[in-house]
Order: sequence, then C-alpha cells, then structure tokens
Amino acid sequence: MKIGGLILVVILGSVLIYGSLEFPPWGDPASPASSHVSPYYIEKSVEDTSVPNLVTAVLADYRGYDTMFETIVIFTAGIACIFLLRIFRKEETETRLYRHIPTGITLRIEKSGKFPEKSAAFERIDSVWVPHDLIVKTTCRLIVPFIQIFALYVIAHGHHSPGGGFQGGVILGAAMILYAVAFNLRSATRRMGERLTVLLCTLGVFIYAGTGVLCMLLGLNYLDYSALAGVLGVDPVTARSHGILIVEIGVGIAVMAVMVTLYYNLASAGKHDEGL
Amino acid sequence: MIWQIELLILIIVIILAVGALAVKDLLSAAILFGAYSFMMCLLWAIMGAVDVAFTEASVGAGISTVLFVAAVFRTSRRTED
Repeated sequence: MKIGGLILVVILGSVLIYGSLEFPPWGDPASPASSHVSPYYIEKSVEDTSVPNLVTAVLADYRGYDTMFETIVIFTAGIACIFLLRIFRKEETETRLYRHIPTGITLRIEKSGKFPEKSAAFERIDSVWVPHDLIVKTTCRLIVPFIQIFALYVIAHGHHSPGGGFQGGVILGAAMILYAVAFNLRSATRRMGERLTVLLCTLGVFIYAGTGVLCMLLGLNYLDYSALAGVLGVDPVTARSHGILIVEIGVGIAVMAVMVTLYYNLASAGKHDEGL
Repeated sequence: MIWQIELLILIIVIILAVGALAVKDLLSAAILFGAYSFMMCLLWAIMGAVDVAFTEASVGAGISTVLFVAAVFRTSRRTED
C-alpha cells in the first residue's frame, strides 16, 4: 500500500511539474496576469485612492468583496470552533488545586469537596505541575503592551508599508494568547471573556459590511468608499483612503477576536477552565 | 538576489516539509511546521511579496504553531500511523 501511494505521488508530482513548465516566465510583462488589469492598478491606484501601498489598495478597495468574504470565512471558522468544541454543561472537574499565596502550600480539593472560590489568600492553579514563574510573568507583563502597540501600528500603517488588518489582528491576538500562556487561561478569560470575544468577532464583520451598506445608502455602489466623502468631510480620493482604514480596523478586530476564541477553545478542550 | 541562498532555503523548506510529515511525535511535527512556515516567509520576501511574507510570518509561523501546540496538549502526543 505504501509503495503504491509513493508511485502515485511521484507520478502526480511529475505531472504537476510538467504542467508548470507551460507557465509564463517569472516577471514576464507579456503574461496574462500582468497584461489586463495589473497595469491599471499600477498606474492609477495612487491617483484613485491616494494609497501608496498597491497591495492594500487592491485588497481593500478594488477587490473589497474578496477581503470582506475572507473576513467572513475567518468569522465562520471561529463560530464553527465554538460549535464543535465548547462544552456549556457545568460539570465539576475531578480535582482542583489551590495555592495558599503567603506560604506556597498547595491544597488539593477532591471531586465533591467544598472550597470558597472567592478567597483572597488562595489562588486556583492548573492540575498539571505549576511552578512559581515570576520571571516569565514579569517579562510578559512588560512585553505585551509593546506587542499591542506594534499591532496597532501594523493596522494603521497598512497604507504605506506591508501590513494591514489581518496581520495586525493576528499580532493583537497573539499578545492576548501570550498573556494566557504566561499566566493561565482563567486570568485571560477574566480580562477578555467569552462574551466579549464573540461580540468583537461580530463587531468586526459588522464594521466591514456596515461600511459597504453606508456607501450604498449614500447613493453609490456597495463598498465604493468615495461615497463617504460628505460624511468624513474630505474629497472623494482621500475618502477612499479613509474607507480602507475603516474596513482594516474592522478586519483587525474580527481576526483578533477569532484568534483568541480559537486559542481558548483549543487549549481548554472547550471547558474554559484549565489551559496550556 | 543571491541564488545560492535561495537554493539553500528551498532545500531547507523541502527537508522541513518531509520531516513534518514523517516524524512520529506530533509536537515536533508542529514545531517543524512552524520552521517550514518561517522559511516560506523568507522565500516570499526574496520573491518581493512582502505583504504575503508578513502574513506568513504572523499567521503561519506565529499563531498556527501555538494553536497546533494547544491541540497537541489536549490530545495524544504520538501519532498512531
């Protein structure tokens, strides 16, 4: 069976490589990909949208529908993850561990044991071995604000440099995940609960789709940001640039919330109780 | 671009891809896949697709490795087949 699979893979791979020989050479100006709409984008995008980064102009303005549905794909992935993994039934865990903060003594509470949850002298710890990790926690506390600022820079500066909503949102989500890894899942869900993340997922998609609807209500096509010129008080070309920024913010919020939701559900197997 | 570096990165990409498929330990497979993503990111940057390289670095090498490790942590460490 393994030999048969290998032969099949080798044959299919050589057919694919043979097919790729028909491709136009790399960077060929006469190839179909760079002879129809690409010259228009290269020559006119600054004139049309006043955005120096061509990729951002194409992604969020000329091909706005594609990016909107990409955002919806990510949103759907987050919702599907909740449907598949999340366990809403409140079942009691086997044993819980509590650490007495002043002395460092660990208490082990069996399945039906009673323990006051809101005691200030005790903190709940994960059931796998948890050492005292002052250096890790302090480093994360210091580094997370810088990661978040960089993420906001990536979102806001997508017009001029590589970056944009997707990358910035992922970095923003990574900052929250770093916090959850360094501390624990419970302190992360206290900062950013499940309701808030799902609300932010929908809010991001709503900002994107709502901008399109607003353009339609103002009398132009869906996602034609030059309709926003009157609302923003700028000329139509600058309005397209600002419209791109608005939808990038929407994409960033949605991607950040979906990444955090995916991590919460995967790391705790849907229980939102004990994580990585 | 210097073609020797390009060729070296391409060879490393292939080695990492085969390694990520062949290795039995799922945690090592996740880490190898993260390294593969990072090398792909370098390739995108060499070819001038800086936006794609940025996405690959943040999504492929960053978040998806973390999500793989989280999934391995909640399931079994070794693969059956």
